Amino acid sequence: MAYEIIVVGTSWGGLSALRELIAGLPKTFRLPLVVVQHRHRQSDHLLTTLLQDRTPLNVCEVEDKAPMTAGNVYVAPADYHLLLERGYFSLSTDDPVRFSRPSIDVTFQSAADTYGAHAVGVVLTGANADGATGLKRIFDRGGLAIVQLPATAESPAMPAAALACVPQASVMTIEEISAALAALPIAAPVANTPSPGAR
Amino acid sequence: MALPLRPKRSLNGPPISYDAELERVEIELLLEGVFRHYGFDFRSYAYASIRRRLWKRIEAEALSSISELQAVVLHDPSAMERLLLDLSVSVTAMFRDPGFYQVFRNEVVPLLRTYPFIRIWHAGCSTGEEVYSTAIVLQEEGLLDRTRVYATDINDAVLQQAKAGIFPLNRMQEYTENYIRAGGKRSFSEYYTAKYDGAIFSPSLTQNVVFSQHNLVTDRSFSEFNVIFCRNVLIYFDRDLQNRVHSLFYDSLAMFGVLALGSKESLRFSQYEPCYEKLDPREKLYRKVR
Repeated sequence: MAYEIIVVGTSWGGLSALRELIAGLPKTFRLPLVVVQHRHRQSDHLLTTLLQDRTPLNVCEVEDKAPMTAGNVYVAPADYHLLLERGYFSLSTDDPVRFSRPSIDVTFQSAADTYGAHAVGVVLTGANADGATGLKRIFDRGGLAIVQLPATAESPAMPAAALACVPQASVMTIEEISAALAALPIAAPVANTPSPGAR
Repeated sequence: MALPLRPKRSLNGPPISYDAELERVEIELLLEGVFRHYGFDFRSYAYASIRRRLWKRIEAEALSSISELQAVVLHDPSAMERLLLDLSVSVTAMFRDPGFYQVFRNEVVPLLRTYPFIRIWHAGCSTGEEVYSTAIVLQEEGLLDRTRVYATDINDAVLQQAKAGIFPLNRMQEYTENYIRAGGKRSFSEYYTAKYDGAIFSPSLTQNVVFSQHNLVTDRSFSEFNVIFCRNVLIYFDRDLQNRVHSLFYDSLAMFGVLALGSKESLRFSQYEPCYEKLDPREKLYRKVR
């Protein structure tokens, strides 16, 4: 199976986990990588800056209808849900899901619905259960499900909840996750301009 | 030709044996039906979010497919009303993005002071949180008396709520924090009276506000404005429709008028970008300059 998109969800402890994960990706990395990190609704661009420090890949916070380009790291903005269209992003201010906006489940489900078996979902450290049902949707649609080895997570609750929901997920340390993502077979490039209504 | 059989849904949400192409056909048919039968045009809404909202409605109605929802909605106007609420309500908060209101106060208010009479349009005002937030700023700056505000939405039910000016009391702590961060000059609680679980806002804030139904998708420009607020409404539209609405806003803005968008919205992906200049590097406040 060739992949087109990676979605990564994390909460408590996510900053250092994400920094390690991203530092482990080669500069030739060629998949769009979308990060959903729970944070305060008024948090600013600090997360983007701290991630950019660790990678030659371009890290940016998503704006509505922004095109999705290979080799970019996209960060879900605070206080919006992040949805994926084919080749671009949409935002929503619909109600928080289980107290979270962005909700990892919402983005993961959207990745599964839009990219089907070409989506990769990764659940990292966190102190709640967000991401579990979204990861299941990705797995059920034939996509790849990866979970951080709970014992290595700063907060193991979220990876454990994801594993309870998707026992078949691959369980790895962050270092192994970076290596696995770098080795993924990649599908033909996706269109990088929004084409509403296009199939 | 025989149709292949499709297994039934077994869990909440879209079925596990899932055909994205078929789902798109179903959604397009439903939206076409809603448009032709009821006149509400959601055909150019952003696909991923409308799909999510449709599935939420399907679960709430205890149905199991988009096609079932189509049948129910077309034959039962009360189901259409519920769907309309799902599809048209944008969720917001008072003084959402306090930094935005700070820039509005510091950069836009001085521009407005130069006008003898100010006209403001809140396009897609939903339940009115933004209308009240802006009115508070204008009142504190002594401009509210010479301002006429048009607050419009496609949905009459939310307009009635906005008009009533009653907001959940349990949100007031969050709104107060926002108000303080936004540079509010008074005590936020001066603006409302608590009653049961509601905060009733002072009618003086909406004395010059006209609440009225307007559909951004199908209706035309109805006046010329000095400021148009449309924050986190266009995110629900696809790019074609966003461009059409930007054309409507451009036509409805006076020269040097200000367009206020949501923090993560941008003119960058629209064809109207060259017609505006940014008033602030971060907040999405644009001034029409040509």
